[in-house]
Amino acid sequence: MTSSVGVITFPGSLDDSDSRRALSAAGMSAIPLWHGSDSLADVDAVLVPGGFSYGDYLRCGAIARFAPLMTEVIAAAGRGMPVIGICNGFQILCESHLLPGALTRNESLHYICRDQWLRVENNRTAWTADYDSEQEILIPVKHGEGRYVANDHTLDELEDDGRVVVRYIGGNPNGSFRDIAGICNDSGNVVGLMPHPEHAIDPLTGAPGVDGQGFFTSVVKALVGSGSAR
Amino acid sequence: MARVVVDVMLKPEILDPEGRAIQGALTRLGLDGVSDVRQGKRFEIALDGEVSEERAETLNRLAAELLANPVIEDYRLRVEEGQ
Repeated sequence: MTSSVGVITFPGSLDDSDSRRALSAAGMSAIPLWHGSDSLADVDAVLVPGGFSYGDYLRCGAIARFAPLMTEVIAAAGRGMPVIGICNGFQILCESHLLPGALTRNESLHYICRDQWLRVENNRTAWTADYDSEQEILIPVKHGEGRYVANDHTLDELEDDGRVVVRYIGGNPNGSFRDIAGICNDSGNVVGLMPHPEHAIDPLTGAPGVDGQGFFTSVVKALVGSGSAR
Repeated sequence: MARVVVDVMLKPEILDPEGRAIQGALTRLGLDGVSDVRQGKRFEIALDGEVSEERAETLNRLAAELLANPVIEDYRLRVEEGQ
């Protein structure tokens, strides 16, 4: 049976349809989920997409975190379901405390939109297993509030446990502490990152190339391997 | 009627690039000796009735869960009764 990944749409989500397209291209069934629903519709994994949920009011992700569906996502993540948050999705996962730290205003105050080199430093997560260890990939970043911050204790813990999943190389776009672009939780099923792998999956339109595909092909294998963590 | 005011500020150790930009503007516009600017948020909550202990507890919980993100922000809450 084809594995299914739910993609949540909040008011103000932007990258939900590109994310569904990327998942479909990797051979998964991509299921649209509405933020106001209280059912995960039996999906095997969840993607929280980029955009400006609730207009970024209050703080990015602060209101989306309390959407009815997020209660289900938090519970499912606790049971081991693969969950990924991209850009605004990463902000939402941090606000939900599924991931430590927070994303704040870019150091430069500028909205950054560019192709960005990253190094995959943890290829043992549900979302990165298809990459080689230390593989360098080029995918776009586009955000105004992507500066990852956490206290030193949390940062040291992330480093010591190998939970920095992707790190900016060739220039830090936003002033993130320790050049952190993406992290995972303790068990590696929940991943959040600011760059947009879903915009780099197609030789025609993925401006820099297809380096983003690995996130989506990884979860296919994770789901087949585990027989789904529903 | 009661009014509850919640002030939210970035923690001192968190860089505030907006505050820094405002500091630059103040200096450019003729204010001497600006050594720092921090920008924050203020919430004014109008409540019917009094602020009971239970309500105060709820307010404090929601200030920490929703109005502020304790990872990066501090908040201060005060009740102004009888407005």
